[in-house]
Amino acid sequence: MDFTWTKKDLLSLYDLSREEILCILNTAEEFKKVSQRNLKKVPALRGRTIVNLFVEPSTRTRVSFELAEQRLSADIINMNAETSSFRKGETLLDTLRNIQALQADIVVIRHSAPGAPNFLSRELNVGVVNAGDGAHSHPTQALLDIFTIREKKGRVSGLNVAIVGDILHSRVARSNMWGLLKLGANVTIAGPATLVPREFEGIGVRVCRDLKEALRDADVINLLRIQHERQRAGFFPSTGEYAKVFGINSETMKYVKPDALIMHPGPVNRGVELDSAIADGPQSVILEQVTNGLAVRMAVLFLVAGCLK
Amino acid sequence: MKNDRCCILKGARVIDPVSGTDDVRDVCWKNGILAEPGSISEQDADVLNLQGYVVCPGFIDMHVHLRQPGRTDAETIRTGTMAAAAGGFTSIVAMPNTNPPADNAGAIQYLKDYAAREGVVHVLPCGALSKGLEGKEMAPVGSLKAAGVAALSDDGKCIQNHELMRHLVEYASQFQLPVLDHCEDSVLASGGVMHEGYWSVLLGMKGMASAAEEIIVARNIILARMANWKVHMQHLSCRESVELVRAARKKGIPVSAEATPHHIALTDVEIKRFDTNYKMNPPLRSEEDRLAVIEGLRDGTITVIATDHAPHTATAKLVEFDDAPFGIIGLETAVPVTLTELYHKGILSLPELVSKFTKGPADVLGLPLGTLTPGRPADITVLDPDTEHVIDKNNFYSKSRNTPFDGYHAKGRTAATFVDGKCVFSILPENTAN
Repeated sequence: MDFTWTKKDLLSLYDLSREEILCILNTAEEFKKVSQRNLKKVPALRGRTIVNLFVEPSTRTRVSFELAEQRLSADIINMNAETSSFRKGETLLDTLRNIQALQADIVVIRHSAPGAPNFLSRELNVGVVNAGDGAHSHPTQALLDIFTIREKKGRVSGLNVAIVGDILHSRVARSNMWGLLKLGANVTIAGPATLVPREFEGIGVRVCRDLKEALRDADVINLLRIQHERQRAGFFPSTGEYAKVFGINSETMKYVKPDALIMHPGPVNRGVELDSAIADGPQSVILEQVTNGLAVRMAVLFLVAGCLK
Repeated sequence: MKNDRCCILKGARVIDPVSGTDDVRDVCWKNGILAEPGSISEQDADVLNLQGYVVCPGFIDMHVHLRQPGRTDAETIRTGTMAAAAGGFTSIVAMPNTNPPADNAGAIQYLKDYAAREGVVHVLPCGALSKGLEGKEMAPVGSLKAAGVAALSDDGKCIQNHELMRHLVEYASQFQLPVLDHCEDSVLASGGVMHEGYWSVLLGMKGMASAAEEIIVARNIILARMANWKVHMQHLSCRESVELVRAARKKGIPVSAEATPHHIALTDVEIKRFDTNYKMNPPLRSEEDRLAVIEGLRDGTITVIATDHAPHTATAKLVEFDDAPFGIIGLETAVPVTLTELYHKGILSLPELVSKFTKGPADVLGLPLGTLTPGRPADITVLDPDTEHVIDKNNFYSKSRNTPFDGYHAKGRTAATFVDGKCVFSILPENTAN
């Protein structure tokens, strides 16, 4: 492929072209092969230092990034909100300036504030990889979702993808929308009206108020975790009602195409947005998403590192 | 200049919205007091030839945060009034949300004393509506009046208890003090960092619904009608708010409203770069809202342009967008931005624009400011209406630099400012003086 990656940061799929997204996906295919070998480690980032700065709690994304970094032979520093200097009142920027002064190459950041990685990338020379910033963006999650779709369906363009749940507060939904639209998929979003803003119609997404209609023609159904705090904030009456009206269960599965993929970024609220039988059933690709996440993150770190001075 | 005592400005286009003046004539003063044209001989006076310039009554900014006491790292009475002078403002209304807040006569006296010593323009104190700006109990309105406040406001906060607000409007009427309100339902706006709309949804940012402003605007209209007293809506930002105020004024309810230069010039699309110099409250809203604010200015619904000058240090603003304080500075950009956006784009005539900075605020405050009537203090703003320039924040007199207008291509600016006949700012070329 002629295309050359030129960005030192991965902030959002909104910033990427179709070619850049495909470049990551194709690179990830190569790294997936590495993960299937007996010797899973490559020297691609030997001598590079990566800082994992998780200002907001995370388990699966952090573990996935760490493992990806280890398999690329990078040196790793892990920082989180509890052990870092934030407790002493240092600003995020000052913390990162210190890290930069130690000649770190890449910062992988998870933060609760939308745009925090964009802010850092503007102020710093290190590579910045967004591991989730508030409700704004979670590019590697969307890339691994799209990677999985492409692997399973052989294409992305022309597919009908339904994203169901708390769209308003979901960085996963936003990143998926950008990525999927750029690759030519048709995106439908559904869920409680309080959590599925009509504004997304402005970017070419179909907003569907009837779950069955959203499911009927879907080739892919991506379910989002529903958070209990949204109930307390008055967005819907109860998780019981949510499960009944918006959950995927044996009743709603009647409307789902037999070859539709069931996806979830995890962690799953079993019995709320997704019934156990379906989460563990033949249409579910939830664990394959996790596997692919490793390859996608290796690809992202590899490409970003290649653009550092 | 020979002296400050006598001065004649010649050859300029003179605009005074109070008297309806708009022609080329002389403006002169003696001992800081405006005199009848021709009453002072040129031998005794400084004479400035101001052909090509526009001479106006001194501009009034009804909405300024001077940060003293409490945050003198961001602004002081000295630097804030210097910024005002450079912006063309001869009078500014100082909001009471200092630390401690100006909710008592002593705090007002401090401000007046300090401004008299250090200030370069007139500082009109605004007293708090509620004790500690907490929205729970009435501030000592009578004592504040006696100490010399020009108005009352809990700006930055909004009294949520409608009964308390009702009583305050009623009580303020007895002291002839206009009530200035930052219209915001605090629950609806809670946690928001930008306008709730297309861009907040796309960016995943917590939005502040327009409804938060509109509901309080409606409430204030009702309370103004009940008390038959002035309630002034600060920094209107939403289409529906403008419509509410328009309808209320048509009915003769004593409400008024102001718009800021940033709500005239900018929209929420700017937030996509996560630059905290675009974070303020009320937030930049949609294009539809921006156009409605402009229409409100055009049809006279909004009679005041005010800056909401809100200085913050670079350190305070150089953080994640969620964590940054609200507010931008505005004193030194208001005139170029509004000349560019309203006058040069053909929305307001020059007299109409000048009125928003002079007669408009003077009427709300009920003060005999903002006019060139002989016998009044010689507070003068000289505009250079057509020169093109690029705004550079490094030239500001303000102690802070938190502006979205750095690098803005403007047409028109303030050329000189006189307070009580004394020149407090000038970029007039040397050869303007005879």
